[in-house]
Amino acid sequence: MDNSSAVSHGHGHGGGMTLSHFISTYVFSKDHKMIGLQFLFTTLLWFVVGGLLALGIRWQLAYPWSDMPVIGGRLFSAEGGQISPEFYTTLFTMHATVMIFFVIIPVLAGAFGNYLIPLMIGADDMAFPTLNMLSYWFMWPAFVCIGISFLTPPYGAGGGWTSYPPLSGVRAAAPGSQMAQTWWLLGVTLVGISSMMGSVNYMTTIIQMRAPGLSMFRLPLTIWAMFITAVLQAFALPVLTAGGFMQILDRMLGTGFFIPEGLIVNNAEMMSGGGQPLLWQHLFWFYSHPAVYIMILPAMGMVSDILSCFARKPIFGYKPMVYSISGIAGLGFIVWGHHMFVSGMNPMLGMTFMVSTMMIALPSAVKVFNWLGTIWGGKIEFTTPMLFSLSFVSMFVIGGLSGIFMAATPVDIFIHDTYYIVAHFHYVLFCGTAMAVLGAIYFWFPKMFGRAMNETAGKWHFFLTFIFMNGTFYLMHILGAVGFPRRLADPYHYETFKHLLPMNRFITWCAIGMVASQVIFAANFFYSIFKGQRVGRNPWRCNSLEWFAPSPPVGHGNFDAQPIVYRGPYEYGSPEVDTDHYPQTQPPPEGVEPSDDGHH
Amino acid sequence: MGRFWSLLFLMVPVLGVAVFVFAVVPGGIFDNHWLPEDISQHGKVIDDLFMFILYLTGVIFIGTGILLFWFCWKYDAEKNPEPVKFTHGSHTLEIVWSILPAATLLFIAIFQMDAWAENKMAYPTKEDGSKKPPLALITGRQFEWRIQYAGPDEKIGTEDDLHIVNDLHLPVNDKVVLRIQSIDVLHSFFLPNVRIKQDVVPGMQQHIWFQTKKTGTYDIVCAELCGWGHYKMRGRLIVESEEDFEAWYASAVQEQNRTSLNTDSDD
Repeated sequence: MDNSSAVSHGHGHGGGMTLSHFISTYVFSKDHKMIGLQFLFTTLLWFVVGGLLALGIRWQLAYPWSDMPVIGGRLFSAEGGQISPEFYTTLFTMHATVMIFFVIIPVLAGAFGNYLIPLMIGADDMAFPTLNMLSYWFMWPAFVCIGISFLTPPYGAGGGWTSYPPLSGVRAAAPGSQMAQTWWLLGVTLVGISSMMGSVNYMTTIIQMRAPGLSMFRLPLTIWAMFITAVLQAFALPVLTAGGFMQILDRMLGTGFFIPEGLIVNNAEMMSGGGQPLLWQHLFWFYSHPAVYIMILPAMGMVSDILSCFARKPIFGYKPMVYSISGIAGLGFIVWGHHMFVSGMNPMLGMTFMVSTMMIALPSAVKVFNWLGTIWGGKIEFTTPMLFSLSFVSMFVIGGLSGIFMAATPVDIFIHDTYYIVAHFHYVLFCGTAMAVLGAIYFWFPKMFGRAMNETAGKWHFFLTFIFMNGTFYLMHILGAVGFPRRLADPYHYETFKHLLPMNRFITWCAIGMVASQVIFAANFFYSIFKGQRVGRNPWRCNSLEWFAPSPPVGHGNFDAQPIVYRGPYEYGSPEVDTDHYPQTQPPPEGVEPSDDGHH
Repeated sequence: MGRFWSLLFLMVPVLGVAVFVFAVVPGGIFDNHWLPEDISQHGKVIDDLFMFILYLTGVIFIGTGILLFWFCWKYDAEKNPEPVKFTHGSHTLEIVWSILPAATLLFIAIFQMDAWAENKMAYPTKEDGSKKPPLALITGRQFEWRIQYAGPDEKIGTEDDLHIVNDLHLPVNDKVVLRIQSIDVLHSFFLPNVRIKQDVVPGMQQHIWFQTKKTGTYDIVCAELCGWGHYKMRGRLIVESEEDFEAWYASAVQEQNRTSLNTDSDD
C-alpha cells in the first residue's frame, strides 16, 4: 500500500480500504454523520469515566476513610487504599467536569446535533463540513489538558467545577496541585472553542439549508431546540472564555482580576491584588447558567419528538412549545445571580434575580403540560425509547419543582450548597437529560446503523436504571433538608450530620446498582451494531425527514431522492390518510387541500 | 406490559410523597431526617416558607404524576380501542396553564420578599438608634474560624479584644451582630440551627446578625469549598445564658492574660 495507490484509491469503493481512505472516512471525516458518531462514542466512553468517578465519591461518603475493596490498594497505595481528602476534592471536581464538558454538552450538541440536524432538515451535510470536523478534533486537546490536570501528582485540580478564586487563582491555596488548575482552565476553554465552532455551524445550517417546503414552523422540536441551544452558546461562551483567560493570567502572570489585596494564603502574603472574587462568579455563571439550558433543551426537543411518535398523535401545542424553548433561552440570560444569593452579592440584586428565576419555571411548566397533552388520547406504544421519554417527563417534574425551593431566596439561605442542590441538578441532568439521551440512542440507533437494538434488553436496562437512579438521587432531597453540605470528604464529624451515614450507604449501593445496570446497555449497544435485527428505513413509522433517508444514510448526500416537505412532522393519526403516520415528504392525496400548519 | 409501566410511573408520586411524609413526621425510619432544630428568632419564617413551597409543589407533583399514570393506563395501545384524538392543541388550555403557574410563581416571589429583606437588609440598632456594633469579628482561614471579640470598648482591633479559635460563645436572646471576613479563600459561615449561611469573601467586609432563643452547643459548618481540608473546618456555636456567657468571657480573658508577654503585667 504505497502512496500512489493510496491516492488513486482514496475515494474508490471497489478497491480495498487504503490508509488515506480509512483516515478520511473514520478519522478526519467531514461527514456530519461520522462526526456525530465520533462524538457519540467518545462521550459514551467519558460517561463511563464520569460514572466511576462518582462511585469514588459515593464510596467515601458511605465508608469514609476505609479501604476501597479490590481496587483501593492499586489506586491509592500511598494512603493504604484509602481516598485522601485532597483526592476527594479532585474526584468531585473531575466528576462534574467530565460529565458536563465531556458528556452532556458534547453528546447533545456534538453527537445528536451533528447527526440529526442535516438529516432532519433534508440537507446533504452541514454548512461548513471542515469547521465541523475541527469542532470534534478540538475536543482532543481538551481531553489531554483535563487528563493532565487529573493526573498531575500528587493529586489533580480540586477547585470544584466552578473553579472559584482565590482557591483556584492562587497557587498556594491548593498546595501540591501545581499546574493542575491551569491545565483545567485550558481544557475547559478548548471545549468552549469546540462548542463555538459547532454553534456557528448549526445556526447557519438550520437557517440556510432546509429542504424545499420546510418552513421554520415545520421543523421538528429537536431542531428548534438545537437551534436555540446554538444561539445560547454563541452568546454565552465568549464570556466564559474571557473569564478563563483572566484566571489563567492571575495564575501565571500575577495579575489580580479575581484576587483582592492583602491575602495571606498558607502563611504567605500574596503580591497581587486589587481584584474581586465575585467578578469570576458573575462571569462564570453568565455562561454556566445558560449552559444549564444548553444541557436540557436539546433533550426536551428529542423527548417531544419521541413522545409524539409513540403516542401516535400530534405534539400538543407545537407553537407554545417553540415559544417556551425561546422563553427559557431568553430568561436564561438573566437568572445567573440565583447561584449567588448567599455569595455576598448585594441582596437587592438577589431579589431581582429571584423574580426572574421564579418566572423561568413558567415555560418549563408549559412544556410539561404540553407533553401530558400529547400522550392524552393517544395510542401509546411502550417501546424502550418511549419509556425513557415518559420517565424524562416524570423526573423533570421533580427537578423542576425542587428548583422553586432554591429560587426562593430565604429558603436558599438554608439549602444553598447542600445536597438539596445536588438532588435538584441530578434530577435535571441525570434523570432528565441523560435518560433522554439513552432514549434517543435507542430511537435513532436504527438510522445510525441500519439495525435495531434489542427491545427486551432495552426494557430491562430502563427498568433497573429507573429504580436505582431514584434510589440514588431522591433521598438526597432528604439529606439536603437536614442541611448536609456538598463537597465534604467527611461530613460525619459534625454532630448535625452524624446520623445520616446509613442513608448515605443506601444511596451508594443504589449508585453502584445504577452503574452496573449500564452493562446491559453497553452489551446491547455493541451487539446490535453488528448482530442487531435489520430494520428498514422507518421502523418506528415516524414522520420526520431523517426516516426518508436510507438506514444508514448514504455517504455524501444522505438522501437518495430530494425530500420535498408538505407539512409539519407531527401528523400522526391524521384523518387525511389511512395510515397512522403521514410523512413530511408524502404528497397529500388527490382532492385533499394541503393542510396548513396553524391551530384551531 | 403497558399496565406494568403505568404502575411503575404511578410509584413515583406514591413513593415520592411517602419518603417526605416519613421524613417530616417524627418517629419512624427517617426520624430526625428533616430540618434541624431551629434555635433562631427568624428561622421560623424560612422553615414555614420551605413547608409552604413543599405543599404547593407537592400538589403539582402528585397531580402531574397521576395524570401521567392515568394517560399511560387509559391510552395504552394494546388495550385502547378508541381512535386517536387528532388534535394540535388548545388555545384555551395553553392560556389557562400559562396564567395559573405565572400567578402562583409571582405570588411566591412577592410573598417571600419580606423574609429576605428582614434577613439581609435590616440591621439591629441600639436604644439610641445607632447601629449595633459587632460583638466579634470572625475570620475564616484554611481551615479554622478565628474569633475576635470586640471587648468592653465595642471596637475590634483594640487591646481589650479577646482571641479564640473555632468556639463561638454567644448570649441567648440577644440580637448579635457579627462581622465576618476571610484572609485567604472563599469560605461560607453556615449555622444550620440558626438558618444562617453567608459566604465569606476575601476583600469584602460583611455583617450578619441573628437572635437565638435557646441555649446549647451547635455546629459551625464551612459550606463553601475552601481546599483539601474543607471538611474539617468545623467550629462550635455555644449559646449560653447571659450569666454563663459573662462568666465564660471573664475566664477566657483571664486565660488570655496569663502570660509574661502581656502588656499590663509589664508595668
